[in-house]
Amino acid sequence: MKRLLVPLSALLLLTGAAPDSHLTERQRALHALDRLAFGPRPGEVDRVMAEGVGVWIDRQLQPERIDDSAVEARVRTFETLRMTNAELMREFYQPVVQARRERKHDQAASDPEAIRELRQNSRRVLGELVAQRIVRAEFSERQLNEVMVDFWMNHFNVFAGKGIDRFLLTSYERDTIRPHIWGRFEDLLLATAKSPAMLFYLDNARSVADRGRRDPRVQRRLAIRRPEMANKGGINENYAREIMELHTLGVDGGYTQTDVTELARVFTGWSIDRATGEFRFRPALHDEGSKSVLGIHFPAGGGMDEGLRIIHVLAHHPATAHHIALQLCQRLVSDDPPAALVDRVARKFLDTGGDLRETVKAVIGSPEFWDPAADHAKVKTPFEYVISALRAVQATVDDPLPIARALRQIGEPLYGAQPPTGYSDKADAWINTGALINRLNFALALAANRLPGVHTDVAALGSDVDRLAMAMTGGDLTEATRATIRSRMPADDAGENARLPMIAGLILGSPEFQRR
Amino acid sequence: MIDRRCFLKSSGLALVGGGLLPNVFVKMANAATTKGRKVLVAIFQRGAVDGLNVVVPYAEAAYAAARPTIAIPRPGSGEGAAIDLDGFFGVHPSLASIVPYFKDRSAAFVHAVGSPDATRSHFDAQDFMESGTPGVKSTEDGFLSRAVAEGKPASPLRAVSIGPSLPRILSGSAGAVAMTSIGQFGVRGGERIASGFESMYAEAVAGALGGTAKESFEAARILKSAAPETVKPANGAVYPLNPLGNSLKQIAQLIKSNVGLEVAFADVGGWDTHAGEGGAQGILANNLRNFGDAIAAFARDLGSRMGDVVLVTMSEFGRTVRENGNRGTDHGHANSMLVFGGGVTGGKVGGRWPGLTDLYEDRDLAITTDFRDVFGELLSRHLGVPSLQRVFPSYDCAPSKWRGLMA
Repeated sequence: MKRLLVPLSALLLLTGAAPDSHLTERQRALHALDRLAFGPRPGEVDRVMAEGVGVWIDRQLQPERIDDSAVEARVRTFETLRMTNAELMREFYQPVVQARRERKHDQAASDPEAIRELRQNSRRVLGELVAQRIVRAEFSERQLNEVMVDFWMNHFNVFAGKGIDRFLLTSYERDTIRPHIWGRFEDLLLATAKSPAMLFYLDNARSVADRGRRDPRVQRRLAIRRPEMANKGGINENYAREIMELHTLGVDGGYTQTDVTELARVFTGWSIDRATGEFRFRPALHDEGSKSVLGIHFPAGGGMDEGLRIIHVLAHHPATAHHIALQLCQRLVSDDPPAALVDRVARKFLDTGGDLRETVKAVIGSPEFWDPAADHAKVKTPFEYVISALRAVQATVDDPLPIARALRQIGEPLYGAQPPTGYSDKADAWINTGALINRLNFALALAANRLPGVHTDVAALGSDVDRLAMAMTGGDLTEATRATIRSRMPADDAGENARLPMIAGLILGSPEFQRR
Repeated sequence: MIDRRCFLKSSGLALVGGGLLPNVFVKMANAATTKGRKVLVAIFQRGAVDGLNVVVPYAEAAYAAARPTIAIPRPGSGEGAAIDLDGFFGVHPSLASIVPYFKDRSAAFVHAVGSPDATRSHFDAQDFMESGTPGVKSTEDGFLSRAVAEGKPASPLRAVSIGPSLPRILSGSAGAVAMTSIGQFGVRGGERIASGFESMYAEAVAGALGGTAKESFEAARILKSAAPETVKPANGAVYPLNPLGNSLKQIAQLIKSNVGLEVAFADVGGWDTHAGEGGAQGILANNLRNFGDAIAAFARDLGSRMGDVVLVTMSEFGRTVRENGNRGTDHGHANSMLVFGGGVTGGKVGGRWPGLTDLYEDRDLAITTDFRDVFGELLSRHLGVPSLQRVFPSYDCAPSKWRGLMA
């Protein structure tokens, strides 16, 4: 971190800016909209300035008080978003399984076309989930809420491509992540630990005690009632490792391989109920023996309480505080945030018992957040880039599918991160030869209405380069960039109808617009 | 296991059998006299492939004992059995399409190879392997980028990764290009738009983005005129319809179009088989079939040109020797690699076998070959990288430690 700080301050001196310079009020409004929202819509910088940047931020920190009825009405049209895990599995998954089974038994009686239709139908679940994320990110008035949903969904990543997770993610986002992101970290962590989506993704639902380590009475009963389960045996370390490495302590958080194995034993029996598709603790499959995790002793026979106890410990651990603070600062401030800031935010996390609203506030209220060094220091992730472009041209989205496809091309398909690490929040991951070309092509297609089901009217935003740039970016384009665009798109050339979309495309593809 | 046997004996076996044949690609290359640029193709199997079920030490009793439900049956034991390589190791039956290349000595495996750092974190282990500096997190670039940068700046397409984002292994000063589709690499919308973007990104305001953009536009220009996407697979090669097949098809197109490719990279996921890994059938079997068929199609497609190409596979770590409770395996340590192509002294399982009784941390296959010694040999002997000092800083990548994979 020190390495980066020196050249930055040197750069400030070179450009003539005093080290103690401040952002102007307009820059502050824009900075807030870039970091705490998915970029400004036309006129929004002025609206935030009129309201007062601080007032706007305070409102964003209380999303439950912001009226969001318009976007919620839109989202209500996606029926699968209101369904439970059991309903989704019953309606979309089991028919496919059933049809496949019938086909196995009787090739002649089955209709491959019908199976294809069923599978097609089952894609609706993930399709609507993707659609609501795009619609909410673009249109919700609760912008900071959507930014944090993006952050926490990524922190507790679940990959839709793994088995039945594509049916479990709907409830995961709705019931596990969204209700907890402004509360206590421990509650969020516990909710993810008990979520069927995570239990399936990181294999904990299948992690069971070695046979010799189960309660003998329960094991005898199980042998009679569910012999197939009684004979299963063996822990699976996947979740135990990732909850410490990724969700809480961080990879340097001081745990050992023994801690991972012991923690896996603690979480045996944390499973999914087949009938309801919800969490269920199965005492029969829980490891009855005594355990030791991170130096904490668990006497034999602790049952599910062991897991609750270790989640409490992990949630309030100083290493966790540091890990969460670092990630929040990387998201909201810069790729390599100042160590002093991270320490302060971590302290706030610990002092408030992991209050996530207070922790986020500590980042936003810091001098580092408002330091000119942080201004435009972040390169947009593909999701941030695409959504901010939609907002910049006030695009209406009747069909989110082309947007979802663009996200895949630029490298960040929604719910599509296979490894448990999720997507990177740092520029190196996103800025490369190739990805940039995909961004430019998306910008051109969007501005020229070449994405089916997505519509924008850039002519309504401005009639020349300067006006369009101001409307679309809130004044974010340098004179050099605007001059370049002017020289390539002279007024007497082509018709207005073709010229303005091309100008808008160049603005969305400009180097300034890649940053926030 | 008492004797830590050194197993280069397979080359002896090969001499007795069909081994008098030289590496088929060298033979073809000599015949066709296509002396092209040397290319290294690296494939990263992300998620940690279970190397013990890829290159199976079937002759060691501890193998089957540790894996009651997922061990690959011994060669000759019927359907789903391993295919014998050298009397000690067999290969997973799903890799049958690679075996002919092993038999004619253009493909080799290395076993008990890996990154010496003890981490079992996917993220860290991949990071260490790609940076080429195990245990050192502050390394900013990837070792393949450093290797390419050792040479003279040449084509903007000398280092290419197929995929939407540039992997760590190629990030750095080599100016590697990431692309999902070589046919669609370029700004659509005409010359005026393209040159508009080009000037915008040439301005100081673009900062670090500027360099990236410059390389993008140059690469796009070359691709536009060479049109590699129009090159059809040759020799009746049929690529399987999977992501790796698609990546290798495009890499072959780049090689055949002579756009100056030196290092190509592709990755393929789905190897993190904690549950349902299975043995001769299951998740790993399906993945390996897709994997092997894609590589075999690539070799067939390139034909004599494969004489200039070496393909190598890597994965962040191996998996536990013992299977877990879900017919799967957890994160382990050492792994196996495949080295394949022109100049490879194939037909053997290289390395030094540590055995399955004396395990690393009591659970994993121990590492006896550092992955840097495999890459060091390939970079030096195949690509002709003059010095490995900057490629693998503070590591003595001495030829004495190499495994004799290249002629």
